[in-house]
Amino acid sequence: MDPVTETLLLALVVVTALAFDFTNGFHDTGNAMATSIATRALKPRTAVALSAVLNLVGAFLSLAVAATIAKGIVDAGVITLPVVLAGLVGGIVWNLITWLFGIPSSSSHALVGGMVGAVLAAVGTSGVLWDGVIAKVLVPALIAPVVAIAVAGLGTWLVARLTRGVPQDVTNRGFRWGQIGSASLVSLAHGTNDAQKSMGIILLALIAGGAVPADSGVPFWVILSCALAMAVGTYLGGWRVIRTLGKGLVEIDTRQGMAAETSSAAVILLSSHFGFSLSTTHVATGSVLGSGVGMPGAKVRWSVAGRMFVAWMVTLPAAGLVGALCHWLESSIGGTAGTIAVFVLLIVVSAAIWIASRRKPVDHTNVNEAWDEEKGASLEPVAATTGEAGGERVGPVPAVATASSVAPAVGAVGTVSAPSNPKVGA
Amino acid sequence: MNVIEWGALGQVLVAGLIVGAGIPALFALGLRLLAGTTSADAPTTQSTPARGDANDASSRVVAIPRPSPARLAGAIACMGVVVGAIAFGLVFLVSGGH
Repeated sequence: MDPVTETLLLALVVVTALAFDFTNGFHDTGNAMATSIATRALKPRTAVALSAVLNLVGAFLSLAVAATIAKGIVDAGVITLPVVLAGLVGGIVWNLITWLFGIPSSSSHALVGGMVGAVLAAVGTSGVLWDGVIAKVLVPALIAPVVAIAVAGLGTWLVARLTRGVPQDVTNRGFRWGQIGSASLVSLAHGTNDAQKSMGIILLALIAGGAVPADSGVPFWVILSCALAMAVGTYLGGWRVIRTLGKGLVEIDTRQGMAAETSSAAVILLSSHFGFSLSTTHVATGSVLGSGVGMPGAKVRWSVAGRMFVAWMVTLPAAGLVGALCHWLESSIGGTAGTIAVFVLLIVVSAAIWIASRRKPVDHTNVNEAWDEEKGASLEPVAATTGEAGGERVGPVPAVATASSVAPAVGAVGTVSAPSNPKVGA
Repeated sequence: MNVIEWGALGQVLVAGLIVGAGIPALFALGLRLLAGTTSADAPTTQSTPARGDANDASSRVVAIPRPSPARLAGAIACMGVVVGAIAFGLVFLVSGGH
């Protein structure tokens, strides 16, 4: 490869890695802050700003950068810059697609998936360590929510028992602070963990491109740019994902929020301590579900959760498919033109997804609106009470509801209907 | 290669249940110890004999009377453990233990 091509490729990989870092922050804001936003412990803008600052700080806190990509999952010998670029594009595109649908899915799994796909396209099945794929990606995606549901469920149940009879304004005031504290810890953990991944990719790319010696530490500009990219992404806030996590799964109060975030922080930190890495996103989602399972009387929308589990299982093959297509495009055009083609494709696809998102924008103004599972009935969350939640907190909308049947069904479960049925409810 | 590392998983689950559920519970207990004497019309506070504060009868709902020293000490102990756990988590993060 001639020097010009190599320099260009290196620059594009660095830019793409920063773009992935951006989508990572963007996509994962909700893991830490969705519950605080949903319970109004923090104003939406304040929450994402706090999370952004903590991600920024977290990126500087720990300098133990793992300069490996998809270690134990693909054969390290076959990772070249074109493969890395294709893998990054796969990860970014899948992150954006899941964001468009408001699905919290693991950014690291998307990256790994893109990398696996690119390796498959580059050298075939021999480059992928399938045991590693199963043990490090697929099985943890199944286990993480189960562990988190158990922990958050027990925590929420204990909290609900212990605060029964305590006036709600007292619990709200206390748990609001508890919730902010635990959510901050999750944000910080995210910053320390996930910014390192992009730093590692850029460092590897620099080493492969000969820009820095092989035993080099991470240059300061790499740390700074990764930290900033993630913080900016976090601040812009993946409002769609925040909305799903905060409002879509469970109607949450401050006690549930505090229990869920503490569970997330504890499981994330403990799992990395015991060397059993679980995805932040999967743990956070499981914790929110658990806070609904553990709260007496609370409703969990398992249909929303089911869509998420499907997305988690699909993440690896879907991101892999994009990664493989990109690598195929890259190598069939070849050289500089191929690299540029992939990069242009990334920009076009990202712009298309962004335009699609503008048709139904979700931002800080409407992130907390009542969840509308099936179009037709807007659900009115019943105000949380002290102690046990009273009755059904959110009426489920029957999946088979038709125009004629929706009114009695909706009225029966105590929801307020859509404007098209103004007589029902209240 | 083991598909699931049961040992590590078990450790995560047990420690997670103790820490991840215990901290919110301690926090709730601390709040309850601080706030439990607020009102006479909370029926489920039968397990709290410390209700007999001097000004308890006059303070109806919102005014929070000072909790007894024992309750205050208990609440401080609970909150202390919670704060300690958060500090430990921070140290863990800063030391790059992940």
